[in-house]
Amino acid sequence: MTGAGGVSARRRTLRNMGRRLFDSDLWYSFRASPVAVSAAIVAVLILAAVACAPWLTQDPFDLTTVDIMDASKPPAWAEGGSWQYPLGSDDQGRSVLSTILYGTRISMMVGVLSVLFAMVLGVTLGLIAGFAGGGLEILIMRLADIQLSFPAILVALLIDGIARIVLPHDLHEALTLYVLIFAIGISSWVHYARTVRALTLVERNKEYVQAAWLVGTPPTSILVRHILPNVLGPVLVLATLGLATAIISEATLSFLGVGLPPTQPSLGTLIRIGNEFLFSGQWWMTIFPGAALILVALSVNLLGDWLRDALNPKLR
Amino acid sequence: MLAFVTRRLAQSLLVMLLVAFIAFVLFNFIGDPISNMLSSDASPAEREQIRQALGLNDAFYVQFYRFVGNVLRGDLGISYRLGHPVSQLLVERLPATLELVFCAGVLALAVGLPLGVYTGLHRTSWVSQLFLTGSLVGVSLPTFLIGIILILIFSVTLGWLPAFGRGDTVSYAWWSSGFVTASGLKALILPSITLTFWQLAVILRLVRAEMLEVLRTDYIKFARARGLSRRAINFGHALKNTLVPVITITGVQLGSLIAFAIITETVFQWPGMGLLFIEAVRFADVPVLAAYLVLISLFFVVINLIVDLLYFVVDPRLRANRGAVA
Amino acid sequence: MTEPREALLDIRNLRVEFPTRRGTLCAIDDVSLTIGEGEILGVVGESGAGKSLTGSAVIGLLPEPGRIVQGEIHLSGRRIDGLSDEEMRRIRGKEIGAIFQDPLTSLNPLYSIAYQLVETIRTHLDLTAKQARKRALDLLQEVGIPAAEERMDGYPHEFSGGMRQRVVIALALAAHPRLIIADEPTTALDVSIQAQIIAVLKRLCREHHASVMLITHDMGVIAEAADRVAVMYAGRIAETGPVEEVIRRARHPYTYGLMGSIPQLKTPAERLSQIDGAMPRLTEMPDGCAFHPRCPRAVDRCRAQRPPIEVVAAGHDVACWLFESAPKPGARI
Repeated sequence: MTGAGGVSARRRTLRNMGRRLFDSDLWYSFRASPVAVSAAIVAVLILAAVACAPWLTQDPFDLTTVDIMDASKPPAWAEGGSWQYPLGSDDQGRSVLSTILYGTRISMMVGVLSVLFAMVLGVTLGLIAGFAGGGLEILIMRLADIQLSFPAILVALLIDGIARIVLPHDLHEALTLYVLIFAIGISSWVHYARTVRALTLVERNKEYVQAAWLVGTPPTSILVRHILPNVLGPVLVLATLGLATAIISEATLSFLGVGLPPTQPSLGTLIRIGNEFLFSGQWWMTIFPGAALILVALSVNLLGDWLRDALNPKLR
Repeated sequence: MLAFVTRRLAQSLLVMLLVAFIAFVLFNFIGDPISNMLSSDASPAEREQIRQALGLNDAFYVQFYRFVGNVLRGDLGISYRLGHPVSQLLVERLPATLELVFCAGVLALAVGLPLGVYTGLHRTSWVSQLFLTGSLVGVSLPTFLIGIILILIFSVTLGWLPAFGRGDTVSYAWWSSGFVTASGLKALILPSITLTFWQLAVILRLVRAEMLEVLRTDYIKFARARGLSRRAINFGHALKNTLVPVITITGVQLGSLIAFAIITETVFQWPGMGLLFIEAVRFADVPVLAAYLVLISLFFVVINLIVDLLYFVVDPRLRANRGAVA
Repeated sequence: MTEPREALLDIRNLRVEFPTRRGTLCAIDDVSLTIGEGEILGVVGESGAGKSLTGSAVIGLLPEPGRIVQGEIHLSGRRIDGLSDEEMRRIRGKEIGAIFQDPLTSLNPLYSIAYQLVETIRTHLDLTAKQARKRALDLLQEVGIPAAEERMDGYPHEFSGGMRQRVVIALALAAHPRLIIADEPTTALDVSIQAQIIAVLKRLCREHHASVMLITHDMGVIAEAADRVAVMYAGRIAETGPVEEVIRRARHPYTYGLMGSIPQLKTPAERLSQIDGAMPRLTEMPDGCAFHPRCPRAVDRCRAQRPPIEVVAAGHDVACWLFESAPKPGARI
C-alpha cells in the first residue's frame, strides 16, 4: 500500500512503533515474569499515591492541620486507634499515613534526582574517557579507581559532612536537599562512567564510527548520535538498580541524622524519629515508614533485576 | 612482578598523600579552629596571638609538612567536642569496631560463600529460589532497618538480647574485648547479624552469578566431554575458577564493613569508631573527622593493595611475562 | 541405509527439538549417519546447518533446552541416546572423545597442562599419579609438543594456538576412546597451522584406531582428511558418500554448489562460484525440499514434497528428487 497523506503515514508509524514495542522480546519477557509485573504494579501504585498526596491527605507538616491532642495514637485496628489515623499518629499528632506519603515523595525525589545527576556526570565522563583516550582517559579512570576503593556510603557521608561544616548553619538547612542529591550523586557516578567507557571503546572501533569520523563529522555529533544510543541499555539497568541504592543511601544518611531534617523529613528521618519511641511500645511510628521504604526499594530492585536479565543477550 | 608491586605501592602512597591533604585542608581551614577554642568575645589581638602560637600564619606547605609529621607520630589533634586527644579516642573505640567487623565478616563468608555455590550449582531448585529471593530482599533492606526490626523482635518483644551497648568487656593492655564475657557475646549477636546481612546477600549473589558464568564456559563443556566426575567439574574446576575473581572482590567488600559499621553502631549505640565519626559529623568536630578520614583511607588503601597482590598470586595468567612459545 | 563395515556409530532418524517461546524449533530433522571402525566421516555444511548439534547429541551434551525427541543413537550396537547422565558420563572420554573449536577457551586457564591431562587419565584408567604423568608425557610427545617434559607444567596461555589444540587432541585421546567428535577443530587457527593439526589428528586416530566425526564448514579440510562425507543443510542430510565420489560427481545441487566454491589450482576459473541466497532460518522452513528456494534446478515436486534418502551407489546416498539427472563432472548448471 503506497503512502497517502502525511497524517495517515504518521498514524501508521505510531502503530508500527506500538506493534514493535509489544512484539519485542522485552515486553514478552516482562509479561512472562510475574515478579516483574508485580513489582511494576507496586511501583506504579506508589508513584500514584505519592503524586496524589496533596489531594489524598492534608500536609502533615503544615502545623495548622495537626492536633497535638491526637498524638501517639496506635493504628486503627489496635486498641485505642481510630480510622481517622489508619496507621496511627506520631508524637506530634500527625497521621503516620500522611507522613509516609510525604516522606516517600521526598525520598523518591532525592533518589531520582541523584541518579540523574550521577548518570549525566558518569555517562559524560565515560564517553569522553572512551572516545578521547590518552591522558584524559587515564585521568578520569584513575579518579574512578581511587573513588571505587572507598564504599559509596562513606563518600556520601564525607561530602555531606564537609558541606555541613562549610556552609553556615541557616543556609545549610535550606540546602540539605541539594547537598544530599549532590553527595549521593557524586558517590555513584563511577559505575556509569566505567560501563560507558568500556562500551565506548568497543563502539569507537566499529566501522560506522570510523566512517563518520573520516567523513568529517564532529566528535560531539558522533558521540551523541551514534555512540550514545548504543550505550543506553546497560546504563538504564544501572540507573534502575542505582535508584534503589540511592533511596537506601538517602534513608541511611537521614537515619544517621545527617540527612533531611525533621521539618522536611524523608522516610529515613521518619524512621529515626520513630525509633526513639520503639521501646515505649509505640512501634508503628518507625515500622510503617520502614515498611514503606522496603516496599519502594524492593520493587525498584526487582524491576532493575528483571531489566538486566531481559537486556542480557546471553540469557535469551 | 616487582615492577607491579612498586607501582602499586607508589600509587597507594599518592592516594594517602591526597587524603592527608584533604584532611589537612579540613582541619586547618574549614571550620575555623580558633573560634572553637576561644570564646566568641575574645579580642582580635588574642586571636592573632593564638594563631601565631599555633603556627597558623606559616606558609602553606610548612603547615602541611607539620601536619603530616604529626599524623605520622600519632598526634591527631584534640577533639572539639570531647576535649580529649583524638588518637586516644580512636584507640579506645577501635576494639569495639574491630570485633564487630570481625564477627560480621566471618559470618558473611561462612554463610554467603557456600550458599552462593549451592544456588549456582542447583540453579532451578526451589531451595535456591528461596535463598535467591532472600538475598534480593537482603540487598534491598537498608542496614539500619534490619537492626531496628531485630531489636523489635529480640529485644522489645522477646527480651532475649540487649539492644544497646557492648555488655561487659575485659581489658588486655589497651584492648577491651567483649568476646570473653557472656553478656559481651550476647551483645555482639544482633549487631553482627545486622552488619553482615547486606554483605552476605551481596557475596551470595556474586558467587552465584560468577558460578553460573563459569558453568557456561567452554572449558567446563570440554571437562564434561572428557567424562570427568561431577565432583571434579563442580568443585575442582568450576569452584576454583569462580573463587578466583570472587575472593578478590570479596576482600574489598569486607573492607567496606568498616564503613557500614557506622550505621550499625548508630542503631545499637555500639561504642566504636563509627559512632564517634557520626557524632563528629553532627557536631562538626573537625579533628575527629580528619583523623577518621586518614585512618579509614589507610585501611582501604591497604586492603586494596593486598587484594591486588592476591590477584597476582592466584591467577597464573597475570604472572607470566614471557610471550607464548610456538 | 548403507553400512560399509560393522558400524561403530549408528545414528538413525535423529530428531532434535528446541522448545522456545516462539514455538518449537526443529534443529535436526530425521538425520541418519553411520561411522565405521577407523573411519573418518566429515560432516559439512553452513553455520547453523545442525552439524555441531549432531555431534553434541551423540556425546549427550545438547545445549539447554534441546532434546532428542525421536530416533536412536547406537555405539557399537549399544543404544546410548536415552542413557542417564551418570551412564553417559562414563562413556564420555572413555568411549567417545570430543574436540571443540577454540583451544584457548577449551582449557582451564588456572590449571597446568599436566594437571588437566593427569586428571583425565586417572578418571578413566586405574593408574598411580606417577604412571599417569608418564602417560601424559607420552601423549604430549605423540601430538608433537616439543620439549614436552619441561613444558607440561606450564599453563594454557603459555602455549600458542596450534600447540593448545594439540594439547586438546591429547586430552581427547587420553583414555583411548574409539570415536572422536571433532567440532570445527581448525576453524580458530591460522591457515598455516590448520594443515598441521589435521595431520596430527589423522595420524593419531589411525594409530589409536579411533574413528572421527569431523565437523566443519571447510570443504578443503574434508577433502584433505575425510574418508566419507555427509552434507547437511538446514538440519537435514543432503548427501552422504565417499569423499572422492562426492567431490567428483555431487548428486545434490547444494553439494555441487559447495564443490564449486573450493578454489582449484588445476582448473582455471575467473570467479569462485557461489550459491545465491541463504540457508532458511529454522523458524521459516519452506515446504518440501529445504534447498528449493536456492536451487537452480528446482521443479514443482521439490517445492511440494520433501525428498527421501535414495541410494545412488554403494555407500552413496542423496536426498534429491533430481539425483538421477545430476550433471556429470565438469558440466556447468
